[in-house]
Amino acid sequence: MSALTALQQLIGQVRGSRVVLISTGILLAIAVVALLGPLFSSHSYLATDLDRRLLAPTLQNGQLFGTDDLGRDLFVRTMMGAQVTLLVAVIASIVSLVIGVLYGATAGFIGGKLDALMMRAVDALYALPFIFLVILLMVVFERSFFLIFVAIGAINWLEMARIVRGQTLSLKEREFVDAARLIGVSSFGIIFRHITPNLLGMVVVYMTLTIPQAILVESFLSFLGLGIQEPQTSLGALVNGGVSQMEQAPWVLLIPAGLLAIVLLCFNFLGDGLRDLTDPRGEMQ
Amino acid sequence: MTLLRVSGLSISYPGASRPAVSELSFTVNDGESVGIVGESGSGKTQTALAVMGLLPANASVNGSIRLQGEEILGAPAARLNQLRPQKIAIVFQDPKAALNPYLSVGKQLKRIMIAHGIASGRDAVQRSLEMLQRVGLPDPERQYRAYPHQLSGGMRQRALIASALIAEPDLLIADEPTTALDVTIQAQILNLLQELRHASNTALLLITHDLGVIAGNSERTLVLDKGCLLEEGTTRQIFAAPGQERSQALIAAAPRLDAAAQAAPVTVGAMPLLEVDDISVSFRERRGRGRNDLHAVLPLSFNVLPGETVAIVGESGSGKTSLVRAVLGLLAKKTGTVGFLGMALPDIVRKRSNETRRRLQMVFQDPVASLDPAMRVGSIIAEPISVHEPGSKAAQREQRVDEMLGRVGLEHELKARFPHELSGGQAQRVAIARALVMQPKILICDEAVAALDGTVRSDILQLLLDEQTRSSLSLIIITHDLTVVRQMSHRVLVMYLGRICELTTNDRLFRQPRHPYTRALLDAMPLPDPTAARQPPPVSGEAASILRPPSGCVFHPRCLHANDACSKDTPLLEETQDGKVACHRAAELDLS
Repeated sequence: MSALTALQQLIGQVRGSRVVLISTGILLAIAVVALLGPLFSSHSYLATDLDRRLLAPTLQNGQLFGTDDLGRDLFVRTMMGAQVTLLVAVIASIVSLVIGVLYGATAGFIGGKLDALMMRAVDALYALPFIFLVILLMVVFERSFFLIFVAIGAINWLEMARIVRGQTLSLKEREFVDAARLIGVSSFGIIFRHITPNLLGMVVVYMTLTIPQAILVESFLSFLGLGIQEPQTSLGALVNGGVSQMEQAPWVLLIPAGLLAIVLLCFNFLGDGLRDLTDPRGEMQ
Repeated sequence: MTLLRVSGLSISYPGASRPAVSELSFTVNDGESVGIVGESGSGKTQTALAVMGLLPANASVNGSIRLQGEEILGAPAARLNQLRPQKIAIVFQDPKAALNPYLSVGKQLKRIMIAHGIASGRDAVQRSLEMLQRVGLPDPERQYRAYPHQLSGGMRQRALIASALIAEPDLLIADEPTTALDVTIQAQILNLLQELRHASNTALLLITHDLGVIAGNSERTLVLDKGCLLEEGTTRQIFAAPGQERSQALIAAAPRLDAAAQAAPVTVGAMPLLEVDDISVSFRERRGRGRNDLHAVLPLSFNVLPGETVAIVGESGSGKTSLVRAVLGLLAKKTGTVGFLGMALPDIVRKRSNETRRRLQMVFQDPVASLDPAMRVGSIIAEPISVHEPGSKAAQREQRVDEMLGRVGLEHELKARFPHELSGGQAQRVAIARALVMQPKILICDEAVAALDGTVRSDILQLLLDEQTRSSLSLIIITHDLTVVRQMSHRVLVMYLGRICELTTNDRLFRQPRHPYTRALLDAMPLPDPTAARQPPPVSGEAASILRPPSGCVFHPRCLHANDACSKDTPLLEETQDGKVACHRAAELDLS
């Protein structure tokens, strides 16, 4: 209930911010085209055509973005890559939202020894060298789509948990929490009904700022060849593939790289815009 | 001669529904003391900022402000920087925010003098020390090197006054200079301002919401309301015969000590509802490697009868809030028991049964902070119902919420509002409704009206009194304000540094206090009566820290009546005719 109303408040404020509106609009447009675009194309992301390699973008034959070095349609592949990249964004945010917020709010609210224990566990995970961890996972398990999300999710909630814990520590000292205790609300009820809704603004902002990190991590892994495997692809993997054709066919690199840059910029602008909206000091302007 | 002439001053902000100040005109003569009084939002601080040239950039200002004939509204920054400490200076409400935390007090004074070419080198140091002495800071050599955070609130305000007066301005603006201070310190600071003003013939523009402060400290008074000048006249004239209906209401709402007590009589001999026995609270403070126990409340006992109002009075650091938080179970107590409805309550609120929890409720000082910012008023009041009656239907709860809103005098439309959309008075009514919906036996009010303006404040107090008659509710009122005590209480507990000084009835407290500290509190109250003779501050110095409580009677360093025994032996709390008092000399002193 109150989480919803807090969200409504935020949405109400969003209407006033042009940066937030425009970046949300662009992201939604990219998502829609990425999902529906391949359905309207006569090409498949798999089909290779060695006669039509490295074609420049053309309207003819519907190959808007041209083809890659195996003659696969680049438009369909870029859209596929955008789907994967946006999926990473969604998964990363769900993981950091659910695990990070509950973990941080519990540690912060209960405090004491449990808090110390929970946060040291976070520190320990933080201390693991990330790339080393991923390589280890790849070696032990099969390379898979799923493993990438596990790896990204595993690091993404840590920072969120830390930030939420800090906020919870200050929120639980506020008088309205005392009032709830006096009323007889249980600890769980206080975390759920009073602490979490008040964290929401900050969490949404922080989430939009961590999504680009997650996307970059996935691109980085794919670029190293540790990420998504052929014939599946992501924007990062496409950029990797494009690098080798940079001199003959720059569009194979530039198109996915440009799209990746737009997505990252939009998330960053969105995060900044939301932060300005939820920052109480912003009200002075 | 006219020092300051403000004419047709209007200040407005983009997006505001009405101008912050409209068409305000007034003058201040050399050496005169002028008061500006009004509730929050009346434009008094905006006026002060305009005179100082400190309005924010988005304010649009019209009119004229002339200082000794020179137009200073819109004057270039360089000129204003010359004028500012040399002709006009300001003392703000919060000295902590106004002093630079990175510079020692002495350096701040020295910098002002060097920047304005008043003095430099040894001369500047010498003058700073003299100034610190003049504002009554003990041991000026030490305060010269002290940083603002090392000083107490009262001492910081003295330091700020020193920095305002170091360049010997012709006009000193004091914006709520004592609102954040304890009453005994307030009396000292007001006295200091008057002394300094007379010594150097500085004009004073005193801005406050407190009619008591205005009555004793200004010759002429302007009453502001919603940005407009309601009336202007000599202070005596305004208090004796306010011309406007609105200013009559303001003056009528001014708290006074000689008002009649309003609490209905309590059944004598009833079983106590709440029995607090030998309760004490201490905090553990880590200092470097060692640990230190801070004794916030020393073992003390009191009880509350059904339908009775017990006021707990004391200045900051007296332990009154720690005491009630321990009673409520929000803070772990060190020793003692809390008996409620005939049972001993567990220490921590979490372990208490729902039935005892709902019967013991609290209203907090900051009404907006005590309401969940993410919840609407309707859900805030409905929450206790869903906690205590889990099976209740939404429609039932809705009906109860409507009923409660009506009872605390709020419109039903407010249900859909968020706490930040409420005024202070409305938010406090919501907080009271949330507590009352549980049908408590005892309502603890921690400075519940301290943050509210005059008329709103008396409405809230009236609401509490009505509830008391309606449901024989017991109240525990924590306050530093004796006028609230007078109006509301049956019995009074006076606390100092975590100890009870005196426990007495309302009538006797005001007629015949037994403890010198009680007397000092009474004398320090500024009365809204300009004809009353000005009295010197009743106590000197400041309360000791609970880290290092004085030996013997903890009040002895500030007490006018202390003798040798007081500094050696701790006085016991002894029974008197209708209460208790802890003073060696209670029997021989007549403080009435």
